[in-house]
Amino acid sequence: MPRSDAKAGSVFRAVCIKVTWLWLAAFAVVPVFALMLVSLLHKEHYEFFIPVLTLDNYRELLGPVFLTVFWDSTRLAALSTLVCLLVGYPFAYGIAKSPATWRPWLLLLVAIPFWTNSLIRTYALILIIGIHGMANKALIGLGLLSAPLEMLYTDFAVFIGLTYTFLPFMVLPLYASIEKLDAGLIDAAKDLGANSAEAFWHVTLPLTLPGIMAGCMLVFLPSFSCFYVPEILGGAKNMLLGTFIKNQFLVANNWPLGAAASFVLTLLLIIMAGAYRLAGVYVAGRERKDSPSHAPTPVSGDE
Amino acid sequence: MPRARLVRFFSAGYLTLIYAFFYVPLFIVFCHSFNYSKYVSDWNGFSLRWYESLLSNTAILDAALNSLLVGVCAASLGTLTGTLTALAIKRYYFFGRKSLYVAVLMLTVLPDLVMGISLLIVFIALHMELGFFTLLLAHTTLCAPFVTLTVLARLAEFDEYLVEAARDLGASESRAFLHVLLPLTAPAVAAGWLLSFTLSMDDVLISTFTTGPTFEVLPIKIYSMVKLGIKPDINALSTIMFAMTLTLVLLAQAITRIRRK
Repeated sequence: MPRSDAKAGSVFRAVCIKVTWLWLAAFAVVPVFALMLVSLLHKEHYEFFIPVLTLDNYRELLGPVFLTVFWDSTRLAALSTLVCLLVGYPFAYGIAKSPATWRPWLLLLVAIPFWTNSLIRTYALILIIGIHGMANKALIGLGLLSAPLEMLYTDFAVFIGLTYTFLPFMVLPLYASIEKLDAGLIDAAKDLGANSAEAFWHVTLPLTLPGIMAGCMLVFLPSFSCFYVPEILGGAKNMLLGTFIKNQFLVANNWPLGAAASFVLTLLLIIMAGAYRLAGVYVAGRERKDSPSHAPTPVSGDE
Repeated sequence: MPRARLVRFFSAGYLTLIYAFFYVPLFIVFCHSFNYSKYVSDWNGFSLRWYESLLSNTAILDAALNSLLVGVCAASLGTLTGTLTALAIKRYYFFGRKSLYVAVLMLTVLPDLVMGISLLIVFIALHMELGFFTLLLAHTTLCAPFVTLTVLARLAEFDEYLVEAARDLGASESRAFLHVLLPLTAPAVAAGWLLSFTLSMDDVLISTFTTGPTFEVLPIKIYSMVKLGIKPDINALSTIMFAMTLTLVLLAQAITRIRRK
């Protein structure tokens, strides 16, 4: 909680508040509004400061070209997000249930790929799934393949790349959410006759919903918009959203259309953030309702 | 209990498998960077030739120097801004406090592509020339929210009464900050700086839009090399960059852990 009695006249206080305001207004609020404004401008010779507004760019987004891009990107990003969730949940759960002395190290091992340059990690995959890569060498060595198989430059390669790149972004929020889970609640459910699967389905899963939402958001949005993973691993066959937007700015010079597509992305972020917030409210409500204040001895913990 | 042991066995096996998925590709890059051969599939003996070829590549060295410069400046500016923001949000009531906090959270999840494009629009509207300065502003915007969250997490850990005690003893806000808050938050601030530096050194998406041809940075350079196909110097460069990230993350971890004890 903030102090209510900090001296109003303090210079330090004034500096803190001014910096916060200035920075966030100039670099968070203004750019997003500028993006929105440009998305409403005319494609040819638009004037930023004397805007003549139009919805043409959004109308163009409903055309077949963009819808194909949008659909292909959604499919790939949704598939990677789902696989990250299915792979990442048991993984995060395993870390959360591991001995307390190990946990910081196990987490560190997830944090390292999280911070490592995704470009380098994407590149590393080429050495494995490329035509001269380790995967082909191993498969031929095992006699499972007679000639090298080109796995690069396919949708499958992009899917693997997105999953590999963004899996740590799923694991970290999931872990935070699972670790906070009150073990007493699961014991209580079991005492009341639930088996492990039921306890998981009715207690663990709903209470870790905020972690699931956060993880899905952190995987879906970048895999939906990142351009270098598909450009490196997928070749130029199917254009995905990131490349489409980038091209409007750097190649086609159609900023209003690119801005409109980016703004759709921003709206998606706002919707997902709203869903995350709702999940938090829902869990807080349930915890209040389910909290085992009268239940038998909660929390021996797992320490 | 054999069932519990079975569960533990599978759990350990599964964790190992996923960790292998994370690290095997990077390990192959590492090994291959010392391979005399151009091809991953043959090992023609240990060699440092790809590192030597990097050292004689002035375009890469220039880009690396630019990246270091922007990384240090953006991390410092981002840490300053991010820390002051965390203090303002945690300690003071003021108009728009909650909305600004939401803005910080949104910035951390805003896709980098959108951040890069919207900053590009602002820079061009203001007739700023794309280069060092615009990149610095963009990277500061990228880093600061992470610092704010790191420092806020740290501020939540200790007792507000410490600062109030200092204030009651007559310290001004800035003195209380310098002598009480800063030492207590220093680990988070330092960790924030290191992670900001990593973010800046690794960023491709935002740099693509906010720097110009006169100021090329390393990730952009690597990207254009990777797009042209496998070249063994990329392995050497990737190994160096990975080693740097590894060091910085370990250092950040060590700083936050030592002080907590």
